Amino acid sequence: MTLTPQQIQNIAQLARLDLTPKQASAYAASLTTIMEMVGQLEAAETSNVTPMAHPLTGQVQRLRPDAVTSGNQRELYQRNAPQVEAGLYLVPRVIE
Amino acid sequence: MAATLAQLSAGMAAGKYSSVELTRAALGRAEAAQPGLNALISVVAEAALSDAAAADARRAAGQAGPLTGIPMVHKDIFCTAGVLTTCGSKMLSNFVAPYDATVVSRLKDAGMVMIGKANMDEFAMGSSNETSFYGPVKNPWDTRCVPGGSSGGSAAAVAARLVPVATATDTGGSIRQPASLCGVTGLKPTYGRVSRYGMIAFASSLDQAGTITVSAEDAALTLQAMAGFDPRDSTSVDEPVPDYRAALDTPLAGLKIGILTEFFGEGLQPEVEAPVRAALEQFRKLGASVKEVSLPSLPLSVPTYYVVAPAECSSNLARFDGVRFGHRCESPKDLQDLYKRSRAEGFGAEVKRRIMTGTYVLSAGYYDAYYLKAQKVRALITEDFRRAFGEVDLLLGPTAPTPAFGLGDKTADPITMYLNDIYTIGANLAGLPALSIPCGFAGKLPVGVQLIGPHFGEARLLAAAHRYQLETDWHLKAPAGFPEGFA
Repeated sequence: MTLTPQQIQNIAQLARLDLTPKQASAYAASLTTIMEMVGQLEAAETSNVTPMAHPLTGQVQRLRPDAVTSGNQRELYQRNAPQVEAGLYLVPRVIE
Repeated sequence: MAATLAQLSAGMAAGKYSSVELTRAALGRAEAAQPGLNALISVVAEAALSDAAAADARRAAGQAGPLTGIPMVHKDIFCTAGVLTTCGSKMLSNFVAPYDATVVSRLKDAGMVMIGKANMDEFAMGSSNETSFYGPVKNPWDTRCVPGGSSGGSAAAVAARLVPVATATDTGGSIRQPASLCGVTGLKPTYGRVSRYGMIAFASSLDQAGTITVSAEDAALTLQAMAGFDPRDSTSVDEPVPDYRAALDTPLAGLKIGILTEFFGEGLQPEVEAPVRAALEQFRKLGASVKEVSLPSLPLSVPTYYVVAPAECSSNLARFDGVRFGHRCESPKDLQDLYKRSRAEGFGAEVKRRIMTGTYVLSAGYYDAYYLKAQKVRALITEDFRRAFGEVDLLLGPTAPTPAFGLGDKTADPITMYLNDIYTIGANLAGLPALSIPCGFAGKLPVGVQLIGPHFGEARLLAAAHRYQLETDWHLKAPAGFPEGFA
């Protein structure tokens, strides 16, 4: 199986990554090699195997009540934001 | 000279030195070694000295524990409140964590003194520490060589005796492989044993926090404080934490060790195999019995991992969008452009490769063929281990197929790099605890032997490693040009 630079650009679009044509070609080559290695899995007999859902048997995903447990720390969190104004995160206009 | 955390702790208790003195010395060593090794991303001298003074006051008040006042570093994947937390990435090169990871707060509560944050492969993706935005770490045994990865900075910091302990994380071998390449003790606990809260996620079903130390005893002391249930991590396991130090006294007599047939085949360098076999002989001499064990699905670990880990990574790293934190590109023309360029600029080449691999295997039409198939093979591998632990107590094999390799030697071909983790990935897929301890040298470079235990078998693993370290001194060897101890 060979991945083409065009397929890589489609994957990059899904992953929201901007790639140059040169990068797309390089990733096409390396992802092809990786997927060839992954192809070894086809040989494994798994028709009666239940896919693993958790590394530890018997463990289930715990749930907690949907309740507020800590105070508002907006100012602290917004210190890491690239652009804020009046307590709001700024992004380019999305509605014309 | 105090060569381990346990000895340092005893020295402080006996009044030989204070935490402030130890911390000042550690900061001095870290500063001197930084240009040559690049083991650290940040150093927090002022905070460290103030924490050390607090630790000394705590000791004076009779409230010191075994970790109180010990200088250490955290891998830069752990969120540290008010301190830069980069995960080795440009994406987070401006990120000051607003809170502490549970691992960080627990070790802080035990009185440990963080002097800085350790360098690492970007987002813990790599086996050589060469993918870090902050530049590669050099191996203290030979600075032309890599320290391994992804916890390369943690391993180099302990190997160069900057600090006696560093935290680390292991998704496919990121604690054990650098421990092997740097000649230190690396412990990856059972999945769920240590909280992942505040540990920047790579592959959530595989990630586990652990330690890099000089000795297994030091690992036991540190794990004691790190381990245990945390309601803030939904996969944290609510199991009692045994007394790891007390368990170190368990003799090896009667212990059944399985040698993994699949780990001694093609690809294992003879100069690595020899010290690993010698370690096995030592275990036998100490009273363990040895038998060969075969895990037929284990050779599929690497392809399984390279579906599961990238799939989970592509999902976890979707949060880095340039909106609320992290890198943002200049003058985005619209929201899509903001996402795509911020991510393209913020992530390095290997991280992008894994995100795209994961996106591909999860994309419509491919899910069953790749992700579901890999999770089935993962079940087979886990079942192999379960069967093996019905016959033996621990499994033994090499940690890595080679000793440390040259900087740049394996960067051209991702598969060559991925195969460094061929012996370590199995334990992650099955959620098992495992450790690597130094067992000799290949030329001038250290070699590690790996022990893998059943779920929650940390005490048994640490005891076996400790008994071995009582009889050998490989773990006490320090690289030329660095001190042999800490005080």
